[in-house]
Amino acid sequence: MSEMVLLGDEAVAQGAIDAGLSIAYGYPGTPSTEIVEYLQEWKRKEDESLIASWCSNEKTAYEAAVAVSMMGKRALVTMKHVGLNVAADAFMNSVGYTIHGGLVLAVADDPGMHSSQNEQDSRYYADFARTICLEPRNQQEAYEMTKDAFELSEKLHLPVLLKLTTRISHSRAVIKRGEVRPKNEFNPSKDRSHWTNLPFLSRQNYEDLWQQRPVLAEISEKSDYNPLILNGNNRDVAVITTGLAYNYYKEAERDLENKPSHLHISFYPMPEDKIRELAGSAKRVIVIEEGYPFVERFLKGILPQAVQVDGKLNDVIPHLGEITPDICRKAMGLEAFEKAEIPEIEMPGRPPQLCKGCPHTDSYKALNEVMGEYENPVVTSDIGCYTLGYFAPHNAIHSCLDMGAAVTMARGAAEAGAHPVVGVIGDSTFMHTGIQGLVDMLSAGNKVTLMILDNSITAMTGMQQTIVESSGIINVVKGCGVSPEHVRTIIPLPKHHEENVKIIREEVEYNGVSVIIAQRACIHVVKRKYAKG
Amino acid sequence: MTYNIVLCGVGGQGVLSVAAIIARGAMMEGLQVKQAEVHGMSQRGGAVIATMRISSEEIFSDLISEGQADMILSMEPLESIRHISYLRKGGQLITGKEPFINIPEYPEQDKLYSVIDSIPGSMIIDTKNLAVEAGSQRAQNMVLVGSASKVLPIKEETFLKAIENVFTRKGEEIVTINKKAFVLGRNS
Repeated sequence: MSEMVLLGDEAVAQGAIDAGLSIAYGYPGTPSTEIVEYLQEWKRKEDESLIASWCSNEKTAYEAAVAVSMMGKRALVTMKHVGLNVAADAFMNSVGYTIHGGLVLAVADDPGMHSSQNEQDSRYYADFARTICLEPRNQQEAYEMTKDAFELSEKLHLPVLLKLTTRISHSRAVIKRGEVRPKNEFNPSKDRSHWTNLPFLSRQNYEDLWQQRPVLAEISEKSDYNPLILNGNNRDVAVITTGLAYNYYKEAERDLENKPSHLHISFYPMPEDKIRELAGSAKRVIVIEEGYPFVERFLKGILPQAVQVDGKLNDVIPHLGEITPDICRKAMGLEAFEKAEIPEIEMPGRPPQLCKGCPHTDSYKALNEVMGEYENPVVTSDIGCYTLGYFAPHNAIHSCLDMGAAVTMARGAAEAGAHPVVGVIGDSTFMHTGIQGLVDMLSAGNKVTLMILDNSITAMTGMQQTIVESSGIINVVKGCGVSPEHVRTIIPLPKHHEENVKIIREEVEYNGVSVIIAQRACIHVVKRKYAKG
Repeated sequence: MTYNIVLCGVGGQGVLSVAAIIARGAMMEGLQVKQAEVHGMSQRGGAVIATMRISSEEIFSDLISEGQADMILSMEPLESIRHISYLRKGGQLITGKEPFINIPEYPEQDKLYSVIDSIPGSMIIDTKNLAVEAGSQRAQNMVLVGSASKVLPIKEETFLKAIENVFTRKGEEIVTINKKAFVLGRNS
């Protein structure tokens, strides 16, 4: 079979294609974005019938995918870890359903927060929902697990969560393709009770889910994805790894004279018997896992107290950030490698920043000038390139919580007595979860100005198409009920600075909800257009 | 044989293209490759690092341990020093000479050069002028690949083929410029 060099994300996409994927939905979010991008490229070059769409947010994406499953076809949903918070309502409720066409949810976590606001561990969501989680340790496994995830989903009638992390999503390696399975035919589920969460039906579905636990446990015990290697000659220490920690441990293991017994877990729910067998062979178990101390806490519940468990809970492994080969070596009691002599020099940081010529720079310049005229201005911000307005020289924003919070937090600040209050949000983020906040604000009649920084693209994640064009956003804003004379547009360019300042000044003094849409395409979009002629 | 490279620079400088060419070359010679890279927020004008591991044996880890990099290959001087704790004793540091100054507290250049010079066997390459000579300032990253190729366990003709493969869809002129930049870097 053919070999390809793929990012982990791309391996997931290829796995889904070869598993007979019909439709994929997602919302762009680093490090998950390349899955849908690869599928879109595949559609363009190889298979016109494939659907791979960006949605306005993760919840809409997930719900659409549930319906694809209801029609008997295989669906993939992609998002980053924090996106699953947005889709959590749909995900949790779908687990009670009798999934028909395979439904796989690929979630990319970001331990180390390379491009995220937290480190949450998606395994908890799978556990919370009582479904299966698969966690690949390399690109080949990302490919194969995706195929298996679809099989499991159809066999067990469950949505399956495929957990990725930054290092697997954004690392390249050679993968070997396996067999290609045809797509499912249109085959709608006939039983309405499988897809309707009325309490009397949900009670039964929930009971069925609970009864299924032993089936999942048995699969987990037998799964090759949970390999156990026992060494009877080492009774001192045993090791459990999850995710990419496997790789770092294997590097360290080469330097260990008496290799410990080792269990790797990448199929959840966890293999309890295998864990007991491993722990029975040693006095001490070291748990090296990427993410939260998920396995470690589970161990405390099932192992006798005499077995010492080392990991994140007692700081044998750092609780913050990614696992690295060095962390692994240290935990296994190995010396660090000798380094080159390091000359002493003070290293200034080099944080990411807005690109030269970015329209947001001009928006912030105008906004700062107006805000500077007040004693206690509040600028709530959101998730996107413009969050970089936190840094010097802009120093323009006071908050950033999650997608959409620029709008809702602006309302809260205003009702707590602040003035002026400006919420700053991007076009894509506004469509994601900003609109609802605007509706709240209008209902409350707040004195708030919302600035939509519309650069016509989802820029930070790598230039994905937005759901609604600029002209559409104006209509959405007006349609929500913002007074039309207080829906203003500005062009954030230096030559319009004075005019933009004047408009912002007027609108922050308006006693109601005003919206200023700053319209200028991202410089990379403009460059691309020129390149295409 | 395992060869570990830390590639660094500033987002937008073409670090990922450097990674792509070296990875392609290694694969064409039948070696195993693992290449971890950065996407998203960290790409925009911030410090970027990519790691690459080339080996004739199975590679487990995508990441490189501190003190285990055989080479630090950097687009510019400050970034070449940022990740120096990865360099093994006797490892090679190669950096582009032209600083990328987008922060107010960028250190004095001469100070940076003297730190780099103090590392045995380090090379400072005038990538900017060589790239201009090759036909485009944007080919600085290929000059750097050329310089690294003197040390890397990959043949010159394999690199040239890899450059052709990667840049063909951008047109013949781009291929020619990048090949020339590579050769100038190799001969520097």
